[in-house]
Amino acid sequence: MFGRTARLQRQQRERQADEQAMLACLPRLRRYARALTGARESADDLVQDTLERAWQKLDSWKRGSDMRPWLFAIMHNLHADQRRQPALVTVELEQAAEATAPQSAAEQGLALDLEAALQLLPAEQREVLLLVVLEEMRYEEVAATLGIPTGTVMSRLSRARERLRQWMEGPGGRSEAGSTLKVVK
Amino acid sequence: MKTPALPEEDLHAYADGQLPAARASEMAAWLEQDPAHAEDLQRLRAWRAQNRALHAHYDPVLEEPLPPRLAAAVLAGASEPHRRRDEGHEAPANGPRWWRYAAMLLLTLTGAAGGWLAHDLSAGSRARNALATGPAVLARQAAVAHTVFSADLRRPVEVGADQEQALVTWLSRRLGVNVRAPKLAPLGYDLIGGRLLPGQSGPVAQFMYQDAAGQRLTLYVSHDQVQNRETGFRFAQEGKVNVFYWIDGQFGYALSGGIARAELSRIASSVYEQLAPVAPAPAR
Repeated sequence: MFGRTARLQRQQRERQADEQAMLACLPRLRRYARALTGARESADDLVQDTLERAWQKLDSWKRGSDMRPWLFAIMHNLHADQRRQPALVTVELEQAAEATAPQSAAEQGLALDLEAALQLLPAEQREVLLLVVLEEMRYEEVAATLGIPTGTVMSRLSRARERLRQWMEGPGGRSEAGSTLKVVK
Repeated sequence: MKTPALPEEDLHAYADGQLPAARASEMAAWLEQDPAHAEDLQRLRAWRAQNRALHAHYDPVLEEPLPPRLAAAVLAGASEPHRRRDEGHEAPANGPRWWRYAAMLLLTLTGAAGGWLAHDLSAGSRARNALATGPAVLARQAAVAHTVFSADLRRPVEVGADQEQALVTWLSRRLGVNVRAPKLAPLGYDLIGGRLLPGQSGPVAQFMYQDAAGQRLTLYVSHDQVQNRETGFRFAQEGKVNVFYWIDGQFGYALSGGIARAELSRIASSVYEQLAPVAPAPAR
């Protein structure tokens, strides 16, 4: 009986610890998902899916290690799965980006323009930018979380930043050689 | 001063604070002093402005109250897969009873329920422990009121559900604000009535519900949460009583019951949705 009691007690402790670790990551998961999807509802849907998947495959988490990269990796995979389904939309958004790039941002309007510009980035670039900037992950951590080489992290980060800069600075902004982007008035 | 070209990777790492200190100060000096790096400097500034703007725009999400469905996904998910895993070792236990047994056992072993409250709160809100003591008091008072009145077979409520309108009017008048009794019948719990109680600094309403088997839940509603910031869903345990509680403006709500956490969380989500003020149209 005592062995069973001790095991129950240990399992209960572990479960409490897992829950608390997950709860502690929840605000960050929500922030990232919000920036990634751009919409509150679908962001929270993504977070909920992530939590459910996390419980399903809890065995793949090494107890005692940082739970955050593990959860972000799960979210990345779910989001990638979602993107894969409506493949056509991705293309259309890419083209729409060029037609509707935000106008040069006044200080006050910067945030709104930023939000729009962010959603116009290809998702792969947006993910890298957000993990680096919002989550303040090291480049190697980003690479591990997304399952890509660090060099790819750097090139996506670079492209994301330059695109945002062009869009947010408008036609007066500097333009990288080779860019065909036009801002339509 | 003639300085070497700056690799783009280093420029990013500099913008993100990921360079070793020595390299960072070297870069800072070159960027400032060498006009050849003017364009690098301009890009760096733009990137840093982007970083600030991203934080300014999305950091407020960190402070939002957690939607109940997400808190529920953390808590509810906990029982299922673990239990499945446990089943490999022993005969599957009856769900909720097993959970309560484990919880009670642990309480006995760890002693004070206060420790549990503190434990739950500290991990849930990293740096806000000081503020969290307020809401925790709400949960504790609600749990005590639940224990005292739900056990009362003959007179659990002051005013019965047969006079629901009178009950609601009376409690609203005493609390000085409109209160409502959420409908939990679709979830199997019927309102049996309510009562007025003394809270931390004024009157508090308690609504009581009961299911077909006689299991009782109470919803504790206070309107004196002036010092507490809004919270998301939180969970506390006082003895055998599980409590979900949250602060919404000046309202503090706590749903207490001696039922499994996952089930209570589902009911609490419904209460939350029914009582939440109509949200302003999203600015989009």
